[in-house]
Formats: sequence, structure tokens, C-alpha cells
Amino acid sequence: MKTMIAFWSILKKDILNYYLKPPNISWGIIFPLSWTLMQLMRSEGNLGIVELLPGLMAMSVLFGTTSMLAVTITFERKGRSFDRLLLAPISISILVVAKILGAILFGIINAFIPVIFAAFFIDLSRINWGLTIVAIIFIAVTSALMGLLIAVSAKEVFEAQTLSNFFRFPMLFLCGLFVPLDKLPVVLKPLSFILPLTYGTDILNGSVTGNSVFSAIINFVVMLAFVILLFYLCQRNIKKKWIL
Amino acid sequence: MEIIKVTHLKKTYGDVEAVNNISFSIEQGEIFGFLGPNGAGKTSIINMMIGLSRPTGGHIMIDGIDAIKDIKKVQKIIGIVPDENNLYDEMNGFENLCFCASLYGMRKKEREKRATELLKQFNLLKASRRPFKTYSKGMKRKLTIAAGIIHDPKIIFLDEPTTGIDVESARQIRELILDLKKQGKTIFLTTHYIEEAERICDRIAFIVNGKIVKTGTVNELMENAESEHKINLVLDNNITGSRAELENQFPNYKIKMVGDNSCLIISQERIALSPLLQLLDSKGISVYEAKAIKPSLEDVFVKVTGIEAVQLRIEREKLGT
Ligand SMILES: Nc1ncnc2c1ncn2[C@@H]1O[C@H](COP(=O)(O)OP(=O)(O)OP(=O)(O)O)[C@@H](O)[C@H]1O
Ligand SMILES: [Mg+2]
Repeated sequence: MKTMIAFWSILKKDILNYYLKPPNISWGIIFPLSWTLMQLMRSEGNLGIVELLPGLMAMSVLFGTTSMLAVTITFERKGRSFDRLLLAPISISILVVAKILGAILFGIINAFIPVIFAAFFIDLSRINWGLTIVAIIFIAVTSALMGLLIAVSAKEVFEAQTLSNFFRFPMLFLCGLFVPLDKLPVVLKPLSFILPLTYGTDILNGSVTGNSVFSAIINFVVMLAFVILLFYLCQRNIKKKWIL
Repeated sequence: MEIIKVTHLKKTYGDVEAVNNISFSIEQGEIFGFLGPNGAGKTSIINMMIGLSRPTGGHIMIDGIDAIKDIKKVQKIIGIVPDENNLYDEMNGFENLCFCASLYGMRKKEREKRATELLKQFNLLKASRRPFKTYSKGMKRKLTIAAGIIHDPKIIFLDEPTTGIDVESARQIRELILDLKKQGKTIFLTTHYIEEAERICDRIAFIVNGKIVKTGTVNELMENAESEHKINLVLDNNITGSRAELENQFPNYKIKMVGDNSCLIISQERIALSPLLQLLDSKGISVYEAKAIKPSLEDVFVKVTGIEAVQLRIEREKLGT
């Protein structure tokens, strides 16, 4: 019970202090938004839009979650207020979940921005929404954990921002968001397969357009494995790097 | 009863030995102070005790709990005031306190009540709806202390509670610390103000270069220094002419000139005044004032650490007042 109070309080503070503040929203929303508009305008007819949608959604989640976490955590680390969280009588794993949950929610909401735009052009009734939402949640969780992993390594806010861009821009191309996996050069393919976003996007492709590389089950299992691995790494790194 | 016991504590950062085999214990209900210059290792020790840092070696027991293995249990009963005022800039005083209370699982009603109480007690009620970043240094310090005790902890760690704030705020903070002691709290504080340690600590440990050089109550620490007796005499005339005779008559006394019309008589035994005064009188020198010079804690500190107290002062000034 006491832990829950602390948990909600951390989450609420992050949402009120960071997620709803304009400067922090910029990277998370503006970039995916303008990319969405640009792609939608360029797309040739309705068929094009449907095919773009999974990539746009995946991108919105990725940018939404990673920017939020990297910035808020390095910011609090620098001002040392983060010490208060480490000193609170709650376990590191509860702290990790509380910290990433805000970003996850933000990412999930972000995912629907391209959907709203697409709704003006195409009929969305044939999309498998159940599958889509689970995929979005998985993408949000893995991206948030990656954001946290980056935040643990960065000392400055700009460093966190740069590092997360270093990882997420290549992911736009490597994970099948806008370039189908089979069109990637052979040398880059192994890279795609070690990135969780590849599998999340594949589920989205399946649920929106019906074309996926792997079956949904395989994708989910792989995503789950990534979640566990990343969660473990985050916890380990926090203990190693923050408790000196 | 011993509430904190630290044994053979060590911390190295690369090849810096920040804490070098330190052992001490703290009694329940006392104010225990670490007095030492910058870089002595005070913060490093606190950080290991509260779980912000991992010891290289040694043991820490807090209220019967192994603080290295079970730090989360310890964190429930301790309150921490770090050396920096690290509250949330964007949040106001009230929100900051409520947030900190919630980290300890306090319910909304309870935390709001306690936050209001503390804001009142710390004279911050008027500023309670202003963002923390608009506070003055003294106000920030006070709010940080309030945040550290909001959950009514049994043991309170204060890292340099009064550094960098004005005399009046520092006085208020010392009062608050004494108040906490009256409530039965155990307090561990660090400081580089000798007078502060002397005034509020029940026991003091001098710490230099990661080592404790001496521990004791103010009286115990002083005992050591009282081996010498000193009397300061203020005269109406220059004493130089009679000095040789004085030294002849009183071979056990050392005489040190302090300015033109004043001298210091130093002796291993107690100084009998009347023979001294008689002799001076016979030389036509009147004595206006005779004052016994009691050693201060500062003298003791200088003596046992070999660090000039001035050094502490300079460092303190560098930190900004
Ligand atoms: N994270 C760290 N990495 C490397 N060295 C460190 C670290 N923290 C402290 N030190 C070193 O350990 C020594 C003790 O530092 P510490 O901060 O504990 O001293 P202090 O007594 O608290 O000093 P101050 O009065 O300035 O606060 C110093 O030499 C310091 O440079
Ligand atoms: Mg310090």
C-alpha cells in the first residue's frame, strides 16, 4: 500500500511536471506529427496511406517515449532530485516502473495521432484493433526501457537527447517502418533482427495491412523477451551507475 | 543504547581513499557531529550509511538492521537532508513537501496536514505556494530540512545543515535541530563550523583525510587541551624592561608578549596571581585586567588534527556565505 502511494505519486509528478509541459512535448510530438503529415501528403491514394500507417504509429511511440524519459531522468539526475527517489524506501524495480510508465502512456497516446489523421482519408474498420493496441503497448514498453538505458548512461540532458537520436533515427530505417525488411541490404539485416522495434512494427503491419513477416505469436514472444532483458539491464545499470 | 554502529568502513574512488577504515557508534537520542575540512570524507560516509553509495569495505548497523544488505528497511526510519538543496524547482513548497511525504507512503490527508505544520514551524507558510526555484538560499535550506523530516523519522542525517546561509537562518536551523533532539530523535550531522559543533553536538568526531582523529563530548575533547594554563594580563605600561626579572622569579611560567601593553603567562600548573601582581606592582606596573584563557574547541581541533582552524574558515568562505 505504502509502495503504491509512492508509485502513483512519482507517476503523477512526472506527468504534471514534464509530460504536460510544452518544451518537453516538442521532440515527442512535433517530429512524428510533421513526418506523418509529410508522408500522408506524398502518399499516392488510399492504399499508400494504409501501408504507411503502421510505420507512422511505431515512430510516434518510439519518439514519444524515448524523448520523455531521456530528458526527465537526466534532468533530475543533474539537479540531484533523483537522489530522493533512490533514497525512498521503495525498490529499484518499482522506481523503474513508476518512471517509465508515464513515458509509456505518453507513447501510447502519441501512437493515435497518425491514426486520427489517417481517419480522414481511409476506412479504418478493417484494422485488427486488439492486436494493434497490444503491439503499441509492447513498442512503448521496449522504447521506454531503451530510453531509460540511455538515460542511465548520459550525464547531461543534451547528451541524452543526442544519444537517443543516435539510436532512434537509424531504427526508423532498420526496423521496417518505412523500408520493408526484405528491401534492406543484406549486411544490415542482422541489425534489424536485434532491435525490438522490428518485431513490434511487424505486428502492426499484420494488424493494419495483413502483411507481416513473422506470425503474431512469434513476435509477441520475442517482444516479451526483449522487455525482460531490457528491464533487467536497466535495473542492473541503475544499481551499478547510480549507487556509486 | 547504540542505534548506529559503523565498523571498519572504507571507500575508495579509483585511487582516492575517501574513507579510510572508520569506526564509530551513535547513541539513541544524541546529536553526533562530524567536524572536518572539505574533502575529509564526511559526505562519503553519510552516503554509504543512507544507501546512495556502496562501501568498499566494513559494516553499518542502523537500529539493528544491516544497512548494507537491507538498506530499503533502513530508509523507512531515516530522514536525510543532503548537502545540496535538491528539491524540485518547478514545484512549490507545499507540493515539494507533499511529494516527499508520499515517497514514504503517507496518505494525502496526513501528508498535507504535516506539510502545513512544518511550513508553519519553519516560517515558510507565506511562500508555500511559490515555486522552489524562487526561494532564497535560507528558505531553500529550511524547506530541504522540512522535506527530510516530513515522515517523522527516528534518525536524521544532516549534511552541512547551515553552510552557505546567513547567521539568523543558521541560528533558526540550530534551534530546530535541538528541537528534534528534544523529540527524541537521533541526529547525525556534519559541519565545518567548529562553534556549531561545540554548541549543539553531544559528541563530536574530528575527521581529516578519511580518518577519525578523535571522538568525544565537548568536555572530553577539551580535557586533553587543558594541560596548559593561560592568563592574559593587560597592563598600563610596557613590560619589556621587567621581563627578565619576571622570568627569573617564576621559572615555571612562559611569558609571551601580546602587543605593547599585554602579555600572556603560560604554565603547566595553575598560576598563582598575587605574587605575580606584587612583583609587577613593585616595578610600578599596574595590572588592569587578568583573564584566564580557556582553551576553545578550536585549539583542540588545531592540536589534534594539525589543521589550522583558519583553514576551515577559508574553506567556509569559499563556499559563500
Ligand atoms: N564520486 C566520487 N568520485 C571520485 N572521488 C570522490 C567522489 N566523491 C567524493 N570523492 C572524493 O572523496 C574525498 C571525500 O569527499 P567528501 O565529499 O566525502 O568530503 P566532505 O568531507 O563531504 O567534504 P565537503 O566538506 O567539501 O563536503 C574527496 O577527496 C573527494 O574528491
Ligand atoms: Mg560534504
